[in-house]
Amino acid sequence: MLHRYPKRVTFLLLAGLALLIAYPAWGPALFGESSAFFMEKLTLMLIFALFAVSLDLLVGILGLVSLGHALFFGLGAYTLAMASPDFSPASLWWMLPLVMLVTGAVAAIVGVLVLRTKGIFFIMTTLAFGQMLFYTVSTSSMTGGTDGVFIMFRPSLAMGETPLVDLDNPLTFFYFCLALLVAVYLILRALTRSHFGQVLDGIHDNEHRMQALGYATTGYKLIAFVVSAMIAGVAGMLAAMQYGFANPAQLGWHHSGEVLMMVILGGMGTIFGPILGAFAYELLLYFYEHLTNHWPILMGMTIIVAVLVLPRGIAGLLLDPPGRKTSLFGPWSAARDAQQAERVASASQASAGKSAGEVSS
Amino acid sequence: MDLAFFGVQLLNGLQYGLLLFLIASGLTLIFGIMGIINLAHGAMYMIGAYLAFDLTQRLGNFWLAILIAVPIAVILGLVIERLFLDTLYKRDHLYQVLLTFGLILVLNEAQRIIWGGDVHSVALPAPFDGSIALTDNLQYPVYRLFVAAVCLALAGAIYWVIRHTRLGIVIRAGAVNREMVEGLGINIRTLFTLIFSVGVALSAFAGMMAAPLSSITPGMGDSILITCFVVVVIGGIGSIKGAFFGALLIGMAETFGPVLIPSLASMLIYLIMALVLLIKPRGLFA
Repeated sequence: MLHRYPKRVTFLLLAGLALLIAYPAWGPALFGESSAFFMEKLTLMLIFALFAVSLDLLVGILGLVSLGHALFFGLGAYTLAMASPDFSPASLWWMLPLVMLVTGAVAAIVGVLVLRTKGIFFIMTTLAFGQMLFYTVSTSSMTGGTDGVFIMFRPSLAMGETPLVDLDNPLTFFYFCLALLVAVYLILRALTRSHFGQVLDGIHDNEHRMQALGYATTGYKLIAFVVSAMIAGVAGMLAAMQYGFANPAQLGWHHSGEVLMMVILGGMGTIFGPILGAFAYELLLYFYEHLTNHWPILMGMTIIVAVLVLPRGIAGLLLDPPGRKTSLFGPWSAARDAQQAERVASASQASAGKSAGEVSS
Repeated sequence: MDLAFFGVQLLNGLQYGLLLFLIASGLTLIFGIMGIINLAHGAMYMIGAYLAFDLTQRLGNFWLAILIAVPIAVILGLVIERLFLDTLYKRDHLYQVLLTFGLILVLNEAQRIIWGGDVHSVALPAPFDGSIALTDNLQYPVYRLFVAAVCLALAGAIYWVIRHTRLGIVIRAGAVNREMVEGLGINIRTLFTLIFSVGVALSAFAGMMAAPLSSITPGMGDSILITCFVVVVIGGIGSIKGAFFGALLIGMAETFGPVLIPSLASMLIYLIMALVLLIKPRGLFA
C-alpha cells in the first residue's frame, strides 16, 4: 500500500470532484433536455462508487475476494424498504443508523463463518451466503418475492420540523451522495494510513507473520468485514432511495460480480481506483446498452479483455504509466511476484557474478 | 408422508444428487488440480441442455444428438482453456473469478442469440420413455433411473481412473506438487487442457442428461452453479469423494426440504453449508 499518491492523481481526483460539483453549470449545456436524466445516472454512479469503495477495503486492502458483497448492498436496500412507514417519509436520522446496524450485525454473523475460510473457500462461501439471502428474499411474500418492495416516500433529513436537506430534489440528492462518497473516501484513506490499516495491510501480505507478531488477525479481519458491509449497506440504501424500490436483483451474485469488476477495472487497493472503475463500468454499460440489445456479450468481452491486459486497472495506468520502469506500487500479487522474482534473479545473478569473479581472479 | 411417496422422493433425491455430482466433480477437479475457479461451469451445463435440445430437433434422435454434442462440449472447453485460462494459472483467484464471470455473460448472451429466450423441452427418449409401477397407483419414470445409473457408472469410472490408472497417478501428483510432476518429464500443460475439457464436458453432459427431465431455460446454469459450489464447499474443494457425498446430501436436502420443512426449504442447503463450515472449515473430506 502506497500512502502518498503522485500529484497527478490528487489533481485528477480534485478535478473530477470539481467537475461533478459544477454539473448544474455544464450539464444542461452539454446534454440539453436530457441533463436531468444524466444527473440521475451520475447519482447512481456515485452510489456504485461508494459500493465499490466498500468492496475495495476487503479485496484490495485485506486481500479477501468476496463474491457476495451485494448481500449487504441489498440488505441496506431492503432494510430501508421494510422499515419505511407506508404513508409518510422515514427520518434519515434513525434510518441511516438502522441500516448500518442491520448490515453490521448480519456482517458480524456471516463474517464469523466466512472468515474461518481463506482464498477460494472465501469466494465460494461469500457467494453462497449472498445467494442464501437472495433466495430467502425472492421466495418470501413478506419481502414481495421477485417483485421486491416499493418505497413510497424517500426518507427526509430534518431538524425537528424544519427540513435540512430536501432529498426529494434530484440535485440535492446528487450532492448528498457526492458528499457521502467524499466523506467515506476520506475516512477510508485515513483508516488505511492508521495503525489499523497497517495491520490489515500486513494481513494481506502475510497473515501468519502478523499472528506471530501477536496480532489477533481474525478480529481485525472481522472489523474490516463489518465496516465494509456497513458502507455497502449505506450504498444499497441510497440506491433504493434513488430507484424507489428494493428488489432481489440488488443482492444477487451477478451484482456482486459487477461490483468486483468495478474494483478491478478501477484498480484495487487504491480506494480511489474503484471510484473511477464504477464510473467507467457504468459509462461502458450505458454505451453498450444503446449499441445493442445483446450488450451483455460486449460487457463480458470487455471484462475478459480487462482481466487479460489491464490487471491493475485504471489506477495502475495513472500511478505507473506505461513506459516507466520502476513501480513503487504493488498490492497486486502478480505484479509483486514478478518483481520479487526479478529481484531474486538479479540478486542471484549478482552473487553468481561475484563468485565467478572470485574464481577467475 | 406414506412409504411409497417417501420411496419416490428418495429416488428423486438420489437421481438429482448423482446429477449434481457429475457437475460438481468437474468443478472440484478443475480447482483441485489446476487451481482454477471456473464460474462458467454452470453456463456449460446450460449449453449442454440447449445442444441436446437443438440437435434432437435437427436429427430427430436424442442419442445421436448426445453423441455429437459431447465432442462439441469438449472442443468448447479446449478452446476456452487455450484462449483464456492459459495466462491465468499464475494469477490470483480474483482474476479467474472475473474472467470466468465475463465468460458467463458471453455464453449466456450467445445462448440468447442462438436459441432465443424461450423455454424449451426435450421428449423422453425411447426406450426409456416408459414408467415402472412402484405401487398400484404410483409410477416412476424409467428415464430417471437410467440417468441415475449413467451418473453412477461415470462416478465409478472417474474413481477408477483417478485411483487405478497411470493418468490418475499423474493427476493426483499434479494436484500435490505441480513442479515435481513437470520435473519428472510430464507435460502438465497438456494434462491441464485435458482436465479442463473433460471437466467442462461432464457439466455439459449433465445438462444433456437433464434436458428431458426439466425445462430448458436461459438462466438454468446460474442456479445449478451455486448449488454445485455448495456441494464442493461441503465436500471439500478438490475431493472427488467429497463431491460425491456432498452431492447426495444436497440432492436429498433439495428434494426432501420442500416437503418436510417448507419454510426453510429455500435456504436449507446454505444452512447445511454454514453448519459444515462451523465444524470443518475445509469441508468434510478435505
